[in-house]
Amino acid sequence: MSIIREFTKGFYKENPVFRLALGLCPTLAVTSSIENGIGMGVAVISVLTCSNFVISLVRKVVPKKIRIPIFIVIIATFVTIVEMLMQAYKPELYKSLGLFVPLIVVNCIILGRAEAYASRNNVIYSIIDGLGMGIGFTLSLVIISSIREFFGNGTLYGYPVLPTSYKPVLILVMAPGAFLTLGYVLCFFNWLDMRFKNRN
Amino acid sequence: MDLGHFFVIIIGAIFINNFVLTKFLGICPYIGVSRKLDSAIGMGFAVTFVMSVASAATWVLYTFLLNPKTNIFHGTDLTYLRTIAFIIIIASLVQFVEMVIQKTSPVLYNALGIYLPLITTNCAVLGVAVLNIDESFSFLESLVHGFSAGIGFTLALVLMAGLREKLDMADIPKPLRGIPIAFILASLMSLAFFGFSGLSLN
Repeated sequence: MSIIREFTKGFYKENPVFRLALGLCPTLAVTSSIENGIGMGVAVISVLTCSNFVISLVRKVVPKKIRIPIFIVIIATFVTIVEMLMQAYKPELYKSLGLFVPLIVVNCIILGRAEAYASRNNVIYSIIDGLGMGIGFTLSLVIISSIREFFGNGTLYGYPVLPTSYKPVLILVMAPGAFLTLGYVLCFFNWLDMRFKNRN
Repeated sequence: MDLGHFFVIIIGAIFINNFVLTKFLGICPYIGVSRKLDSAIGMGFAVTFVMSVASAATWVLYTFLLNPKTNIFHGTDLTYLRTIAFIIIIASLVQFVEMVIQKTSPVLYNALGIYLPLITTNCAVLGVAVLNIDESFSFLESLVHGFSAGIGFTLALVLMAGLREKLDMADIPKPLRGIPIAFILASLMSLAFFGFSGLSLN
């Protein structure tokens, strides 16, 4: 396996949100604006990379039966570090992400990668995998949050892009809009996948 | 003891701030286990039980060990250990529930299959524990909040499972089949629950 393929698989082929349907709670909850989406994405990238690194370091000494609690404690440690850093340097982001910062611990992507990848592969590959998957997750957050912010608020990354005569579709930045956007984006990616398969 | 106050917490957690449909907690099992009504009901009650016990256990842990104002270490601030401590408690609780269900009801155990250990990574459980602390609830309030949030989760899950069983018969465009249509359903359901936010209970 090549490093580049390991790195890029998270972008489309094994994208955690669109292809594997993992980590859906933060995908829905923090995507009301691009800024929140990117903030959450960066937090997940750092936790995922660090936890993949440590878990692949200890993978040979961890007994199989209690591996899940050990993985969770490792992940929770890094989440606590990220939480404290964010509280200190980005207090506003911390406030708007709120509950979902400690909840990175139970993001299925992180435990999923620990179980499926980092506990079976060497350190270098695990770091690459963590980075790639994290970036894939961030990409999907950015896609969903741009749709929601554009139509629901008429802005992109906080800058107004639509004329003031545009009436924002407010429902898109609220809870039902999150489900609706994700549903249609998933549908689009399914359709894309089918087109590719038919062509081959 | 003010019963009206508990009523507000219960109605709030089940309808107004439904964990799944307005707070986006516990989406993975909501989409993953809602294909069959039976397993949805089983999963719902397992989660409700874990959430109630976890609320009580994490409240005790936070108050007596972590919170500097009330802990037994005379003011040592250990609140930064909150996330780690809570997830360990929840993981052991889930392990315990899994063993109990395996002994008492093998049918239910087989039906829930891989989703039982996944309750650990159900954000609704950790979410309710953290929310109890953020809202500075008392012990009884935490317990009631945890239980009613679990009931709210079960309600959303069972409603969804009922709809998806009907959906199996429907002729849906191919790319929408499976998860995408489930999200669009969830969106409509969430829209309906949005109506409850007009209730003001105070």
